[in-house]
Amino acid sequence: MSSDSTGNESPPLNGWYELFSRGSRDWLRHSAKIREAVREHLPQIVAGSDIINDGSRTVRVPVRMLEHYRFRLRDTGESQGVGQGKAKPGDVLGQPNTAGGPGQKGAGGKERGGTELLLEFKVDDVIEWLWEDMQLPNLQPRVGTSEESEWKREGWDRRGARSRLDRRRSFKESVKRRAQDADSPAFTDEDLRFRQLTRRRQPTVRAVVFFLLDVSGSMSERDRQLSKTFFFWVAAGLRREYHSVDIVFVAHTTDAWEFSEADFFKVTGSGGTVTSTGLAKVREIMQERYDPSTFNVYLFYASDGDNASDDRPKAGEELENIAKAVRFTGYVEISAGARSSQSETAQLFQAIADAGLPCGRYSITGPDDVAAAVRHFFTAEAQAAGQSANAGAAP
Amino acid sequence: MSPDWRSHVPQIEDLARKLGLDWSPVIFEAVPDSFMTEIAVYGLPVRMPHWSFGARYIYQLLQRHMGYSRLFEVVFPGNPGHAYLASSNGLADNVLVTAHVLGHADFSKNNLMFRRCQDQGSLQIIEHAATHARQIEKDIESHGFNAVEQVLDAALSLEQYVDLDQPLRREAYPEFVAAPPLPPDDAFRTRFATLDRAPEAAAQSRKLRAPLPPHPERDLLWFIATYAPDMESWERDIFLAVREESFYFYPVFATQIMNEGWASYWHARLLREADFIPQSVYLDAIKCHSDVVRPIATGEQVALSVNPYHLGFTLWEDIVKKSGIDAARQIMCEDDDFSFLRNHLTHEVASEMGLFRYQRPQNGQVKVVAAEIEELHESLLLDKYNFGAPRVAVAEVRGDGTLILQHDSQLDGRGLDPERSRKVLEYVKRVWRRPVLLKTIDAAAQQVEFSADAAAA
Repeated sequence: MSSDSTGNESPPLNGWYELFSRGSRDWLRHSAKIREAVREHLPQIVAGSDIINDGSRTVRVPVRMLEHYRFRLRDTGESQGVGQGKAKPGDVLGQPNTAGGPGQKGAGGKERGGTELLLEFKVDDVIEWLWEDMQLPNLQPRVGTSEESEWKREGWDRRGARSRLDRRRSFKESVKRRAQDADSPAFTDEDLRFRQLTRRRQPTVRAVVFFLLDVSGSMSERDRQLSKTFFFWVAAGLRREYHSVDIVFVAHTTDAWEFSEADFFKVTGSGGTVTSTGLAKVREIMQERYDPSTFNVYLFYASDGDNASDDRPKAGEELENIAKAVRFTGYVEISAGARSSQSETAQLFQAIADAGLPCGRYSITGPDDVAAAVRHFFTAEAQAAGQSANAGAAP
Repeated sequence: MSPDWRSHVPQIEDLARKLGLDWSPVIFEAVPDSFMTEIAVYGLPVRMPHWSFGARYIYQLLQRHMGYSRLFEVVFPGNPGHAYLASSNGLADNVLVTAHVLGHADFSKNNLMFRRCQDQGSLQIIEHAATHARQIEKDIESHGFNAVEQVLDAALSLEQYVDLDQPLRREAYPEFVAAPPLPPDDAFRTRFATLDRAPEAAAQSRKLRAPLPPHPERDLLWFIATYAPDMESWERDIFLAVREESFYFYPVFATQIMNEGWASYWHARLLREADFIPQSVYLDAIKCHSDVVRPIATGEQVALSVNPYHLGFTLWEDIVKKSGIDAARQIMCEDDDFSFLRNHLTHEVASEMGLFRYQRPQNGQVKVVAAEIEELHESLLLDKYNFGAPRVAVAEVRGDGTLILQHDSQLDGRGLDPERSRKVLEYVKRVWRRPVLLKTIDAAAQQVEFSADAAAA
C-alpha cells in the first residue's frame, strides 16, 4: 500500500541537489553562441565609443537572447484571446496587467523575445577577431639593439645550485660510470650535473606610434569622438603586434602640444588649422626620443582635412621628411559626408603616396566606418611591409 | 525548512484515501530552489543538455528575482511518483502542497490520456530521461560537442511533432503495397494461367514498392529517425530520445487546466476536512491556496490572460456542486482540456468568472468582443491544438532524397513565418543531409516553398 512508501524516512534535504548546475552550464553555452554571433557584427562593437574613457579594457555590447527556432505561424500583427475581469463587449482596453499569477510549472516552453543582455567583451579578444577577420600576415619587426636581456638556460656543469640539479643527466652519468665499474657506489659527487644559465641580450622589437589629432574649431565633438575611437583600436592593434609599443599623443590647432594618454582623449581646442605645426612637433619628438633606425615608427593623423591653404608647402615638406623615415603614415579624414573634391590635407598625403612612400588614407563618415578604417590601415601597412621586405631582399 | 510537515503526510494520505483518491505511491523530496528552477526549465529533473534551456533558465531566474513566479512543487507521475518540494516552502505551504500532489497523483494514475502515454513507457520517464542525458554525454565524448549540438538543435526544434496515436516503439511502414486488383479475366489471361509456373511469376510482379511516406506523416521525429538517408545511428537515437520525452510531456500539456484544477480542488477540500492540522497552519495554508487559484485580475482590474489554476478549480467546484463527486471522477478519468472546456465551461460559469473574448486588430487597440460560449472555448483552446505547434507533415521523399514538408495552412488559417521556417529547415537539413523543402502559403495566400539557406552545410 502506498502510505508506507511515501518516503517519510528520507533525509530532510539531499545535499547533492545543490551540485546540479545544468542551467548554468547551458547558459554558458548560450553565451558562447552569442559571442560567436556577435563576432559577425564587429563594426558595431568597434564603434562603441565608451570604451576609451573608462579604461577597463572591455567593451559592452547589448545583444538579444538567441532564439531556438521552431515552426511558427506568420505574425499578422493581430491577436486575440480570452481575458478575465470587469469588461463588457465594446470596451477598449489599454495595457492591463498581464503578469502571471503565482503558480507551479508550465509544460513545454515558449520562446521569449525582447530580453536584452549586456555582454562584455575583452578588447584583446575583439582585436584578435579583427586580426583573424582581416587575415593579415603578422607585421614584420624591425630589429633593434636593446638593453633588455634575459637569463637563458645553456649547458651543464659539475657545480651549481641545488635547485638546478638535472636528475636525468646525473643519473645517466652514474649509469655510464657503473657500466665500467660495477662495484662502485650508486652516486658520487662526480656524477652530478647542474643546469647552467647565461645572460643573453634580446633583440627587441620596438615600436612607437604617433597619434596626431587636429583639435581645431572645425572639428566637432562627434568628429573628435570618431578619431579617438579610431586611435583606440589602432593602438590596441599595434599593442597586439609588438611586445612593447610607445604611443605619443600630439594634438594641434595652429600650434602643437604633446599630451598624456588620459589628457589626449579629453583634449578640446579652438582656432584654425595649421598641420605643419603638428607634423613639426612629431618630427622633433622623433629626433629627440625615437630614432627611426631602431624604432618602427608609425604616424596616424586624424583631421577634417581643412588645413590652411598657405600652409601647404611647409606641411608637404614636413610630411615628406617624416614619411621617408617611418614605417607607415596613415591619414584618416573625418567628414560628415562625401566631398566633391580632395581636401587640403588629403592632397598632402596624395603627394607622398604618389612618391611611393608607405601611406594609407581613409575617410570616416560615421561610427560604422571605424572598423573598416582600422582594417584598411593595417592591410595597407602589411602590404607596405611586404614590399619593403621584398625590396630589401633584392640584390 | 520546516521540520515537521512530513508528520502530516500519513494523516493527509489517510484522509485522501477515505475521500476516494486513488494513486500510486509518491516519494516526497525537498530540494533547493535552484533545483526547482532547473526542473521548471528542463521539464524533467535530469535532461539532455542544450543551450536553449540555458536561455530559459536565465529567463526563469529573472522572473523569480522579480517575484513574478514562485514554484512550490513539481510532480512526476509514475510508480512510484516523485514530488519535489521547494525547500523554501513553509510548513503551511508544504501541508498544502502535499495535498496538491496527491490530487496530481490521483489524476495521473486515472486519467486516460496519462494512462495511455504511461503504457508506452513514460512511467519511468525520470529514469529514461536520465539515461538519455547520459547517453548524450557519451555521444559528446565520442563525436564532439558541435556534432551532438547540431542534432539536438534539429530534434528539439521539432519536439512537438510526434504522433500520439502511434505507439512509442513504432514499426516502419510496410515496404510494399498490394497492387491494384487485376482486370477481369479474358481469354489471354485464362490461357496464360494454365502455363507452367505462371502463377508464381504473376504473384512476384504484383508487388509494388510503397510510396514514402504512404500518407502525410506528422510524426516528424520518428520519420526522420527512421528514414533519413544518411543519419548515424547515434543521431537517430537522439531523435527517438526527444520523441520519447515528448510522449511524456504531451498529457501534461493537454490536460493542464484539468490537472491543476483537480489538484487545487483536492488540496482545498483535504485542507478543509483535515481537522488534525493546527489552526494557524490551516490559516496560512488557505492563504497560500487563495494565492494560487486567484484570478489574475481582481476587483475592478482586467487581465488579458486567464490563470489556469483558477479556471480549472472553478470548473471542478461547479461540476462537483452540480453532479457530485462520482460524476466528477468519471470526467477526470475520461476528458482532456479540449473536451473538459467544451463540455463544462458553461455560459453561466464563464460570466460568473468574468471571462471575455478580446481582439486586437493590426495596429489597433485591444477591444472586448461579444462571444458565444463556443467561441470562448475555441479561443481558449487555440494554442493547445497539435501540441501548440503549426501542423507540418512529411508529404514526400523524392527520388534524390529531397524531403518535402507540407504545412496545413488551411487548418492553421495562415502560412508559416518565413525566417523561422528557413532556420528550422537548416537544422533539419544538417541531419537529413539532403535538400529539405517546406510548402506553405505567404501573406497573400499564394503557395510558397521555403528551402534551407544555401549557406547551411
